[in-house]
Amino acid sequence: MASAEYPLEGIRITDFGQVWAGPILSGLLANMGAEVIKIETRKRLDSVRLGPDNVERDPEKDPWFQCINRNKLSITVDFSDERGVALLKKLVKISHVVSENFSPGVLKRHGLDYDSLVKIKPDLIMVALPGAGSFGPMADLVTYGPSIVGLCGYDRMVGYEGERVLGMQQPYADVVAALYGAYSVLAAINHQQETGEGQYIELCQWEAATAVMGEALMESVMNGRNPGTLGNVQPGMAPHNNYPCQGQDKWVSIAIKTDDEWGAFCRAIGSPEWAKEERFADGFLRWQNRKEMDRLVGEWTRGRTHYEVTELLQKAGVAAAPCLSMDERLEDPHFQDRQAFVPIEHPVIGTGWVTSIPWKMSDTPGGVRTPAPLIGQHNQYVFGELLKMSQDEINYLVQEKVIY
Amino acid sequence: MTLIPGDKPGAASVASDTRQSKGPLTGVKVVEYGDFISAPFCTRLMADLGAEVVKVEPPDCGDSSRRYGPFPQDSPHREKSGLYLYLNANKLGVTLDIGTATGANMFRQLLAQADVLVENHAPGHLDKFGLGYQSLKEHFPRLIVTSITPFGQTGPYRDYKAYAINCSAAAGWSLIVGEPGREPLTPPLSMGHYISALSASTATMVAVIARRLTGRGQQIDVSEVECLNSLLSGVAANAFVYYGRMRMRHGNRSPAAYPYAVLPCKDGYMWMIAIQGHEWKRFLDVLGGGKPPDWYESDPRFKDRLKAGREYADELDARLAPWLMSHTKQEIFQLCRDNHIPFAPVNDIDEVVNNEHLNARGFFVELEHPEAGRLKYPGEPQKFSRTPWSLRSAAPTLGQHNEEVFCGRLGVPKQELALLRAGGVI
Amino acid sequence: MPPKALQGLRVLEFAEFVSGPYCAKLMADLGAEVIKIEPPDLGDESRRRGPFPNDLPDQDASGLFLYLNTGKLGVTLDPSKLTGRRIFEKLVAQADILIENNPVGVMSKLGLGFDSLKTINPKLIMASITPFGQSGPYAHWKSYYLNTFHAGGEGYTLPGGIGWQMYPERPPLKAGGFIGEYNCGVAAATAIVGAAFGCLMCEAGQYIEISEQEVLASLMRTDLGKYNDGWVESRATRSVPIGGFIHCKDGFVQLIPLWKHMWTALVAAMGNPEWAGEARFQHERLMAGWQGVTRVSDDILRDREEANERIEQWAMQYNSEEIYTVVQRHGCIAAPVCSVADLFSSKQLQAREFIPEVEHPEAGCLKYLGAPYKFSETPWRIDKPAPLLGRHNEEVYCNRLGYSRQELVQMRRAGII
Repeated sequence: MASAEYPLEGIRITDFGQVWAGPILSGLLANMGAEVIKIETRKRLDSVRLGPDNVERDPEKDPWFQCINRNKLSITVDFSDERGVALLKKLVKISHVVSENFSPGVLKRHGLDYDSLVKIKPDLIMVALPGAGSFGPMADLVTYGPSIVGLCGYDRMVGYEGERVLGMQQPYADVVAALYGAYSVLAAINHQQETGEGQYIELCQWEAATAVMGEALMESVMNGRNPGTLGNVQPGMAPHNNYPCQGQDKWVSIAIKTDDEWGAFCRAIGSPEWAKEERFADGFLRWQNRKEMDRLVGEWTRGRTHYEVTELLQKAGVAAAPCLSMDERLEDPHFQDRQAFVPIEHPVIGTGWVTSIPWKMSDTPGGVRTPAPLIGQHNQYVFGELLKMSQDEINYLVQEKVIY
Repeated sequence: MTLIPGDKPGAASVASDTRQSKGPLTGVKVVEYGDFISAPFCTRLMADLGAEVVKVEPPDCGDSSRRYGPFPQDSPHREKSGLYLYLNANKLGVTLDIGTATGANMFRQLLAQADVLVENHAPGHLDKFGLGYQSLKEHFPRLIVTSITPFGQTGPYRDYKAYAINCSAAAGWSLIVGEPGREPLTPPLSMGHYISALSASTATMVAVIARRLTGRGQQIDVSEVECLNSLLSGVAANAFVYYGRMRMRHGNRSPAAYPYAVLPCKDGYMWMIAIQGHEWKRFLDVLGGGKPPDWYESDPRFKDRLKAGREYADELDARLAPWLMSHTKQEIFQLCRDNHIPFAPVNDIDEVVNNEHLNARGFFVELEHPEAGRLKYPGEPQKFSRTPWSLRSAAPTLGQHNEEVFCGRLGVPKQELALLRAGGVI
Repeated sequence: MPPKALQGLRVLEFAEFVSGPYCAKLMADLGAEVIKIEPPDLGDESRRRGPFPNDLPDQDASGLFLYLNTGKLGVTLDPSKLTGRRIFEKLVAQADILIENNPVGVMSKLGLGFDSLKTINPKLIMASITPFGQSGPYAHWKSYYLNTFHAGGEGYTLPGGIGWQMYPERPPLKAGGFIGEYNCGVAAATAIVGAAFGCLMCEAGQYIEISEQEVLASLMRTDLGKYNDGWVESRATRSVPIGGFIHCKDGFVQLIPLWKHMWTALVAAMGNPEWAGEARFQHERLMAGWQGVTRVSDDILRDREEANERIEQWAMQYNSEEIYTVVQRHGCIAAPVCSVADLFSSKQLQAREFIPEVEHPEAGCLKYLGAPYKFSETPWRIDKPAPLLGRHNEEVYCNRLGYSRQELVQMRRAGII
């Protein structure tokens, strides 16, 4: 039964999520109290257990895995073995939600697709996050998170203005898809609580990444125009850039939209002569002459630290913020005050820091309760306590590498 | 179970009658007092799944996205801004100046009938009109109030002004985009606003579900900076804590096993990413006509892909360039698909809009708007088997539903609308 | 189509509400090309005033705005921003006439005072309409129509007659609608056309300033003459001694038996009732002191009242149309009191084609009022409906001033248009 603090307590999720999108989705729900049981197998580890920053190449020590899989349980089941499939079906029977982000058809090959599972659990909610969806001419497309950012056209805009394409180089499409997924699962839970009906949700990652680009798509629909690489340009705003500051790779972002903000900015930087020039006198002129203005603003910021510039401009009512690196964020008074990172004790790697829940709820806050699981850490709890299997049976399946 | 829309792509998911279709959020009543992207996108997501959203805009100016565009034929018109049209479909639109006593009163009456308020004004803004959370909680204990701000409702930077570029900077998101040595790049299109909106709608759904248990509403404090840090840039915290490693900008590549880069080809760019060794091997076979090319086979430095990615990436790029530059995106993509290589083109936006796959899936939908006419819009990426998504109505014109909402629900006599208008209340 | 009288004249309107827009409308309907400048988003104040079709407020469908802005091109512009001011100056360079009704000092503060603008366009005629004019101790007073109207003096005499008799303790009233503002528009248009005609000869521009107070005061007809006789006209004295507004079966009719022969005619129209023969109801006695400065005796006042009561007793048996017809036939001044509905259904006005219909993209097809004049050679005509807000931005800024449409988008984002 749910407590007020953890409102999703009592909702059990069988989580086939791998790498980024799936685990982030289930992680969002785990934060709020859902019991997420991550299905793993030593035959094919979740690749994030051996990510690029896993210096020791120990799957129990991956620093990224620790963040996105906290609050979850882990069991190891090899479902290429029929007995593994049977185990998982038992688990699904006592779960409310199944989530997965395999390529389309993978679970079906093992009889773990929605049509099979709904026979065991009639009000099941199941969410799948295929890269290109389960139907359509490219449904079989093999994708990785970054290539989806290319397919959806977003990367085409990432690069210095008018220069070559660089791309985001980040799993941002995974995050967008995961958020869409978590939101959809919650909507489906709402519907289930109202009507008793479960359902299947397909969330195409390519479409998710596309749906958050409305502005660019509408430009194409309306005017047949492709934006090209945009740099830090934001239409209608100037100055609008990251400007160099004192120190190694230190930058401050400054953004000005209105004439009032421009006036405040000019006063804050001591009303230099250039700021009074007519070519910067209104938003249209500043936009037209933004490159020259960027140079002049940069000359002013260069001698100051990014925090100094921020404080000075914020005091004047001008939007500015430092480009903060990881070490700076861990030390930043605001991040600390809001507990944007929370410490967590991990049995193998020691005290680490993971990010907080991306929102703060006044009545039912949720929280970070347990560290990311070790591989198969909760086999005993799940098979013994939840599925009430005998120790002999569990031992046998471990021996047979079904629980593996 | 079927998810595949009917014969006519894009048409099937558009319900014919606007108010009838039943979604998983049918019955949830939302008031939006938001501007630009974050709050409007949050409530758009809820409206799409069946919630009833009443969007409250300031009289005369309306939502600032109305001034933003893009506009058809570049002709600015407040009812034809593409950004506004996209973000506000499926909503009812009213105008209200909550700075007037009458306006604040009408706003309270709207909230009395609502389950959720979503807003994205600066912390304290609503307090100025007696509509701060404490006051709302007293009057409407079941109301869920979702506030999206750059730095959140608490903390030393609470009152900092910030646009998307500033949030992305503070969250550490910008520092990892761009070329080393040059200024960091902000993700385009105010992407942080969308991510905070998605977070806000997710959190709001948690609160809707929680209310069934507790009987109480609550305040949801969504900080855009925190969303970006929690979900993206901050995930690597322990890489720094344990190993002192910090991700920085690496231009068109990531420091991972080669290849992991955006590389130019004859008519654009390709995403060259092969996590599995066999994927890279198959591409080398394509390149060498059945076997890896000689320059690769003869150079042992390239065998360790992780090392190659960190140390010889430029050299390898140069080796691939002649072949890439003599093939188009589509040629390369086709070869890769034939050979199970996961490289993908970096699409131009028009290639996305006209994409065969997305259109076959019925992703784009066409919708008629009284001012902007018939336009193609991005649809919804989630397909529910039982409670399908629906696009019920185009974005409201400014104050389009004043009569329906104010007269129909709040009981304002119709003749008073003109007085409220002349008084600047609506 | 035959040419119109002011064809070729280029007018820039930077005015809102009634006086300036009506002035420019008078010229637009006679063929001048009027470019109306409105503030972005808000538009002209009259857009918020209504009346609105079906009582639904709509910026583009306010009846007041629709009527006052026929025949114009509409653009949005904020000249307080530098780019906006530059555009304004470019428009002035291409214009013959600038009409504005901003508070005193606003134009100079924007750098758009006549002294600056005439350097851009030496032939410019600029007309400024303000409540009290550009000079004098009240020039900077803030004044809405109500204030200005009563500053004009007419209000002090309203309502006279029945209205005053019924409620002598109530405050003076302004005349209905915004009649003074319209008068101002007419005065300004007269002055501007005069100046334009003069300019043809002298090839130089000039500045015209119009005081609304003075416009209203100059319409006071006889009152000022009476003042010269030492008489301050007030609500108490402003009425005809007998007749005036008389209740009838279906409303009011106006009867004005100013002269003896008219009184005789009215009495005849009533069927020569016995009471009218009494000495105390003879015309000379009832009219005693009219247009004079001496007060009449109380018994005469009582008799006037009684006469009116008796006329009313008669009138209550008939409707206004019947009374109007019979009284006019006998030779006394009489007039029906027309409602707006009466005007629209008036055969007289219909016969003169005074009520044209105009199609508007938002408000649909509506009846408008025409012009009170007919030209034999250069017809008056409403050529296009009032503009939607910013309707002609592209035509004016791109086609005439050479901005690209993408620049238009940037100007929109910067709040300039």
